Amino acid sequence: MKVLIKNGHIIDPSQGIAGIGDVLIEDGKIKEVRIQNAEHRTQSTAPPTHPSPSRGEGKGGGENLVSDLRAIDAAGLYVLPGLIDMHTHLREPGFEYKETIKTGTMAAVKGGFTTVCAMPNTNPVNDNSSVTDFIIRKAIQEGACTVYPIGAITKGQKGEELAEMGIMHSEGCVAFSDDGRPVMNSLIMRRALEYSKTFDVPIISHCEDLSLSGGGMMNEGLLSVTSGLKGIPSEAEEIMVARDIALAGLTNGRLHIAHVSTEGSVRLVRQAKERGINVTAETCPHYFSITEKAVEGYNTNAKVNPPLRTQKDTAAIKQGLKDGTIDVIATDHAPHHRDEKLREFDAAPSGISGLETALGLSLKLVEEGILTMKQLIEKMTINPAKIMGINKGTLKNGADADVIIVNPDKEFKVEPEKFASKGKNTPFEGWVLKGAAVITICKGKIYEQ
Amino acid sequence: MKLASKDLLGIKELTKDEITLVLDTASGFKDVLKRDIKKVPALRGKTAVNLFFEPSTRTKTSFELAEKRLSLDVLNLAVTTSSVVKGESLIDTALNVQALGADFMIIRHSSSGAAHLLSKNVNASVINAGDGVNEHPTQALLDAFTIKEKLGRIEGLKVAIVGDILHSRVAKSNIYLLTKFGVEVRIIGPPTLIPQELESHGVKVFHDMETGLRDVEVVMMLRIQMERQGKGFFPSTLEYFRYWGLTAERLSIADKDAIVMHPGPMNRGIEIASEIADGPRSVILEQVTNGIAVRMAVLYLLAGVRG
Repeated sequence: MKVLIKNGHIIDPSQGIAGIGDVLIEDGKIKEVRIQNAEHRTQSTAPPTHPSPSRGEGKGGGENLVSDLRAIDAAGLYVLPGLIDMHTHLREPGFEYKETIKTGTMAAVKGGFTTVCAMPNTNPVNDNSSVTDFIIRKAIQEGACTVYPIGAITKGQKGEELAEMGIMHSEGCVAFSDDGRPVMNSLIMRRALEYSKTFDVPIISHCEDLSLSGGGMMNEGLLSVTSGLKGIPSEAEEIMVARDIALAGLTNGRLHIAHVSTEGSVRLVRQAKERGINVTAETCPHYFSITEKAVEGYNTNAKVNPPLRTQKDTAAIKQGLKDGTIDVIATDHAPHHRDEKLREFDAAPSGISGLETALGLSLKLVEEGILTMKQLIEKMTINPAKIMGINKGTLKNGADADVIIVNPDKEFKVEPEKFASKGKNTPFEGWVLKGAAVITICKGKIYEQ
Repeated sequence: MKLASKDLLGIKELTKDEITLVLDTASGFKDVLKRDIKKVPALRGKTAVNLFFEPSTRTKTSFELAEKRLSLDVLNLAVTTSSVVKGESLIDTALNVQALGADFMIIRHSSSGAAHLLSKNVNASVINAGDGVNEHPTQALLDAFTIKEKLGRIEGLKVAIVGDILHSRVAKSNIYLLTKFGVEVRIIGPPTLIPQELESHGVKVFHDMETGLRDVEVVMMLRIQMERQGKGFFPSTLEYFRYWGLTAERLSIADKDAIVMHPGPMNRGIEIASEIADGPRSVILEQVTNGIAVRMAVLYLLAGVRG
C-alpha cells in the first residue's frame, strides 16, 4: 500500500526541509520526500500557495485510487511530521472512567498527534514492568497511535525508593517521572538522576515544593485572596526547578522540567542552559494561552497543577519558547470525569483535557509572530523525540510514516462534547481556534478528520 | 428598587445602592422585632432550607429566627444526619432539596465557592451563610447596619479589622463592603495572617496595634481560630494576645467614642480582653440582635427578585 501526499507545504525541522513537495509512504514507512521549490528558511506563517478555506477543506479527502496507490492532494495545506506529546495521562489502567488508551489515543489522533508518552500515575502505578507491558500491549491492540510509557521514578510514586528503571526501560519505558507528585527528597532525586544515566533516559520532574504549595488550589495573588482559594506561590515551583537544576549539575544526569508555568522557572532554566547544565523544559498551551483569571467564578475546568499564572508569566513563557529556553510544547492532557469537575473547587481534581486543543492554541504563537512555523513544529516533533530518545517526529526516509496534514485556515469551535477524549474538562470551551489536522497518518494508517 | 440577583453570594457581587437597600429594609424589620408580636406574614407559604455543612450556632439560629419571623416554613438539614455522609455530592443534595420545594437555600460550607456552585445549579434563591475563607455577606451587612445605627453613618469612617484576615470570610466581606462606602479600612495583624495583596484592594496594612488603631471609630476584632495554633502563623496564643489582643490600653488609642465589634464566637483573653468584650463600648450582643433584622431583609428582598 502506497500513499502519495502531493503538493503540500512540507516542513520537517529534523532535516531542515521546508517547501512545496510530495511525500511518498510505502508499507507504513516514509519512502521519499521530494521538494519542488525549497525555501531555505520559512518565516511565513501561511503556506506559499495560499489556499482559500473552501479549497483547503475537503481537499484532504480528495483521493485517487490507482492500483494500490492512494494519492492525497495537499495543495494549500501543511504536511508535517506527526506531533509528539511527551506528557499525556491516558489513565489506563485504573481510571478507565476518565480515559482509556483507546479514547486517549483517538483524541491524540484528532489533535494531530501520532505519538503520546503516557505518564505513570495510573492504578496500579506504572512502577514495574508488568504495568509497562500491559500499557504497551493494550496500545498495540487498541491504540490509534503510538504510545510510549513513562515509568515512575519511585515505587508507588511515593518518593522513597527507586523503581526498577532498568527493567522498565528494557520493556519500553522511555523516561521516568513521578508526575503529579514531586520527588521531595533531594537525595532520592539525586540518585534517580545518577542511576538513570546507565540507560541514558531523562528524568522528568514535576517541580512543586509540597510544603509550600500544600492545599493550594490556584495561583497565589490578589485573586486567590478575593476568591478565598488557597494560593500556590510561583516560588513553590521555582524552588524545585532550582533544586533539580543544582542536582542535574551535581550528577550530570538528564533532567527535563515538566509544565513550566512561571517567569522565574523560565529564567532558571535559561541560566542553567547558559551554564551548560543538561536540562530541557516543556510548557503546555494553557500556560501561554490563559491566566489565573480563567478560574474566576470557581471554574473547576481551569483548575490545573501547576496553576494558571499571570500575564507576566505567560509573556515570559512565550519569550522562553521564542529564545529556545523551552524546548517542547506538551499537553499535560489530564482528562477527568464530568462529575469530578462538577464539585466544590477544592474537591475537584486538577487537570485539563488538552490533546484536541493543543495544536490550535499553539498555532496562535505563529500567528502572533512569536514562533515561526518551523520552530513550533520543532517543539512538537523532533525536540520531544530527541529528549525521549525515540525515532519519531521526522519525515526521514525509512522512518515510521507518522504524518499530519494541517489546514492552517480551518476554524473550529472548541466543543468539549465532541471531543474524542472522555475528558471534557477544558477551559477553552467556546473558543474559536484556527488550524487543525485534517488528516493524521500513524505508521501509514490514515485517519481523516 | 430591587436587588439584581436572585442569590446573595457575596458582598463583592453587590453595588453600594443594593447594600443601602438591604440596610434600609432591615431598619423596618428591626421595628417589627421590637413589637410584642414579632412575626409578619410576608413570606407565608414559602420554604427555606438551611444547609449547614459546617458547625454554626449564631448564624444558623439567626437565619432560622429570621425565617420564622417572616412566616417561612423552615427545614434544617443537619449534615451528620443527611446523605452527605453517605457520599452524595453537594449538587445532588441541593437538587433533592429543591425537589422538596425549597424557595431559599441558605448554605454554610467549608469550600470557598460552594454557594456559587449551588447558584449555578438550582433555581431557588441561594444565600451564602459563609463559604470557606471567601465571604460571609450577611455578617458584613449586619456589621454595617450596627455601625450605621451606632455612629449614624458609614461613609468616611476609619475602621480597623484586627486579627486573622487571611482565614476570615467575615473580614473579606467587611473589607468589600466598607471600601464600597469609602471607609478607610485598616487591617492589623501579624504578617503571616495578613494577605499583603489586599493593599491593592484599597486597604491599609498594619502590623502593630499602636499605629493601626490610632483614631479609628470602629474596632472589629476577629476570632483567632484555635486550629491555626501550631501551624506556624504565630508562636502561641500568649504571644498573640501580647501583640494583637485588644486591651483597655490599646482601645484608648482609638477614637474616644470608638465601638468594639466581634462576629463571635469570642476567645476571651486571646484576641479580646473580657473587660472590653463586656465593656460599655462593646456592641457585640447588638450585632447578634441586628443579625435577625438584616437576614429578614435579605430574605424579603430576594423573594422580591424571584417574584
